Amino acid sequence: MDRKIRVLIAKPGLDGHDRGAKVVARALRDAGMEVIYTGLRQTPEMIVSAALQEDVDAIGLSILSGAHMHYFSEVKRLLDEQGASDILLFGGGIIPDEDVPKLLEMGVAAVFGPGTLTQDIVDFLKREVPKKWAKAGL
Amino acid sequence: MRKKHDWMRETYQKSTERMPERKVAHRTLSNIAPDPLYTPEDIEPFDYEKKLGYPGEYPYTRGVYGSMYRSKLWTMRMFAGFGTAEQTNERFKKLLAAGQTGLSVAFDLPTLMGYDSDHPLSKGEVGKCGVAVSSLADMEVLFDGINLEEVTTSMTINSPANAIWGMYLALAKKKGYDWKKLGGTIQNDILKEFIAQKEFIYPPEPSVKLVIDTFEWGPKNVPKWNFISVSGYHIREAGATAVQELAFTLADGFAYVEAALERGLEIDYFAPRISFFFDVHNDFFEEIAKFRAARRIWATEMKERYGAKNPRSWMLRTHAQTAGVSLTAQQPLNNIVRVAIQALAAVLGGTNSLHTDSYDEALALPTEEAATIALRTQQIIAYESGVTHTIDPLAGSYYVEWLTDKVEEEARNYIEAIRKMGEGTPYPTLYGVIRGIENGYFQREIADASYRFQQEVESGERIIVGVNAFKDEKEIEVPILTIDPEVERVQAERLARVRRERDEKRVKEALEGLRQAAVTGQNTMPHFVEAALAYATLGEMMDVLRKVYGIYEEPVMV
Repeated sequence: MDRKIRVLIAKPGLDGHDRGAKVVARALRDAGMEVIYTGLRQTPEMIVSAALQEDVDAIGLSILSGAHMHYFSEVKRLLDEQGASDILLFGGGIIPDEDVPKLLEMGVAAVFGPGTLTQDIVDFLKREVPKKWAKAGL
Repeated sequence: MRKKHDWMRETYQKSTERMPERKVAHRTLSNIAPDPLYTPEDIEPFDYEKKLGYPGEYPYTRGVYGSMYRSKLWTMRMFAGFGTAEQTNERFKKLLAAGQTGLSVAFDLPTLMGYDSDHPLSKGEVGKCGVAVSSLADMEVLFDGINLEEVTTSMTINSPANAIWGMYLALAKKKGYDWKKLGGTIQNDILKEFIAQKEFIYPPEPSVKLVIDTFEWGPKNVPKWNFISVSGYHIREAGATAVQELAFTLADGFAYVEAALERGLEIDYFAPRISFFFDVHNDFFEEIAKFRAARRIWATEMKERYGAKNPRSWMLRTHAQTAGVSLTAQQPLNNIVRVAIQALAAVLGGTNSLHTDSYDEALALPTEEAATIALRTQQIIAYESGVTHTIDPLAGSYYVEWLTDKVEEEARNYIEAIRKMGEGTPYPTLYGVIRGIENGYFQREIADASYRFQQEVESGERIIVGVNAFKDEKEIEVPILTIDPEVERVQAERLARVRRERDEKRVKEALEGLRQAAVTGQNTMPHFVEAALAYATLGEMMDVLRKVYGIYEEPVMV
C-alpha cells in the first residue's frame, strides 16, 4: 500500500476561476497523494500529454464556464486514442444535474458539484484507483 | 458606569457555566473574533467628525451622497449576457421593462480573453458564460432599440476593455449619440485579474499602461463615463476574506492612481471617475463594516496621501454584487434567502448600485424567472422594508463601529505590507502590487484563505445549510438555462460577413495606427475607436498588441 496515488488537476479552456482546482489539489496532497496542477488555459491535448508524461492514475478537470461537455469529451477521446483509457477521469465545477448522466455515460468516473466535501473526492480516489491497480495486476 | 469586564465575569460567565457557548466558529469570515457584547467603552475615544462625519461629507463613512436613498435609490443593475447578441438584447429589453435601471453586460470567455468567436481556442465556449462580441456588428445587435443616452451601461470587460469600449463608442457615434451624454462603466481592472480572476493577456506593466490610456483619454472625451471599476468582487470570490478583499482592492485603486500620476496626469482630473465594485457575502455586519471602512480609507488616503483637492476624488462610489460563491447547488431555493440577506447588507452599507444573484447560479446561468426574483428582492428591500428612510442607520452601533474600525485597521496593515514590497520605487503601491502579482503573494494569500475556509466547512466548524447540515434526501429540481449550440455558427457567419463586407484598407490602416501607438507609447484609445468603426475584429485588435507586448503566464502554485 505504499504506492502513492498520482493525480493531475487541470483547468481546461479559457476559464480562469481556479479556486476549486486549488482547494481540491491541496486537499488531495494533504491526503497523501501526489498532485500535479497544470495551471490555467490548458488545451485537451496539453492535459492528456501531461497526464501521460506524469504517469498519473487520475485526471480531475475543473470547469466553471459551461463548456464542460466539450472539454470532457475531448479529453476522453484523446485518452482513448492514446490507449490511456485506464486513467480515471473525474471533474467538477458548475455542471447542471441534467448533464451529469451524459458525462458518466461518456466514461467520466465521477462529477463533483459545488458544495462537495473534499473528503468525498479523497474517498472516491482511494476507493477507485486501487481497483484499477488490481485489475492491471499492480 | 459598570465595566464590560465586570459584566463578563459576573453575568456572562455564569450564564455560560449554566449553558455553554455553542460549538461553532464565533469568528467572522475574515477570522475576526468578536466579543459577545459591545458597549460604549469598546469604541472610546469616539471622534464623530473624524470617524464618521455627515453623509455627503468627508470622510464619507456614512455615504457619498448627502441625501442617499431618500433622493435616489441605488441603481438596480442586473448582470446579464448569454448566447448571441440577439438573445442578450432580448433579455436586456425584458429587464428594462421589469423596472431595472441600468444595463450590465456579461461577455463570454473568448471575448474576455480577446479571441474572436471563430478562433480555435473559442471552440465550446462561445456564448456560454456571457454574450459573444467580436466586432462592432455584434455591438449593433446587442444594443438594438436601446437609447444609449437614456440607459447607463456597465460592461464587465478587462484585458480587452479599450477595444470593447471603443466598439461601444463607435456604435454611439454611428447612431448619432453625444459621447458627452453617455453614462456607464467599463470594469477595466486588470490588476485584480492577475490577482484573482486570471483573465489577463499581456504582462502587468503594459496591461496597466492600457488602463491608464483610458484615465487620460476618458475624462476629456466621455466625461460621464466611469473608465474603471476597481473590483474586489473577483478577489473575494476566489477565496479572499472580507479584509483581504478590501485591502487588495484599495491597494489596486491606489496603484492605478499612482500609475496615472506617473503618466503625469493631475489627480483631480481623473480620480472623480474612479468607481469600485465589492462583493457582499454572508457575514452581515462584517460586510456593512467593510463598505463603511472602504469609503473612509479611500477618502483619507486620497486627501492626505495623494493630495486630491476635489471632494469627488475622495468619494468611493461603488457597485455591489451578492456572493455567487456563497450559493449552493443543494436546496437551491435557499439561495433566495441568502441573496436577500446579502443585498440588505449592501444597502445598509450604503452601496450605490447592486446586482443580486439568481438562486440557480450554482447550477448554470440564470433563467429569466430566477433573474426576476433576484430583481424583485431588491425592490422589496427598497420599497417595503423601510431601511431607506434613514441614512446609514447602523452608525453608532457599538458593534458596527468597533467592527468598522477593526476591518479598517486590518486592511491598512495589508496595504502597508504591499507598499513595503514596492519600497525603493517612486510609486510603492503600484510597484508593490505588481511585484506581489509576479511573486505570487496575492495568489498565495487567497489560496490559503480559501483552503482554511474549506477546512472549517469540512470539520463542521462552519455550517452551510443544506451542504454540511440540514441535508435533504430529495433534491428539488429547478429549471436550467441551456445555451443553444447554434450560437457558435451564428457568430461565425456574422464574422465572415463582417470580414467580407468591410473596407479592408481602412481596417489595415486602423490596426497599423494601433500598433504604432503601442510601440511608441502613445495613447491607444483613439486608435481602438477607429479600428472599431472600421469593423476590425476584437481578435485582430488584441493580436496587434499581443505582438507588441507579448503574453503573460502566471507562476503556477497550489
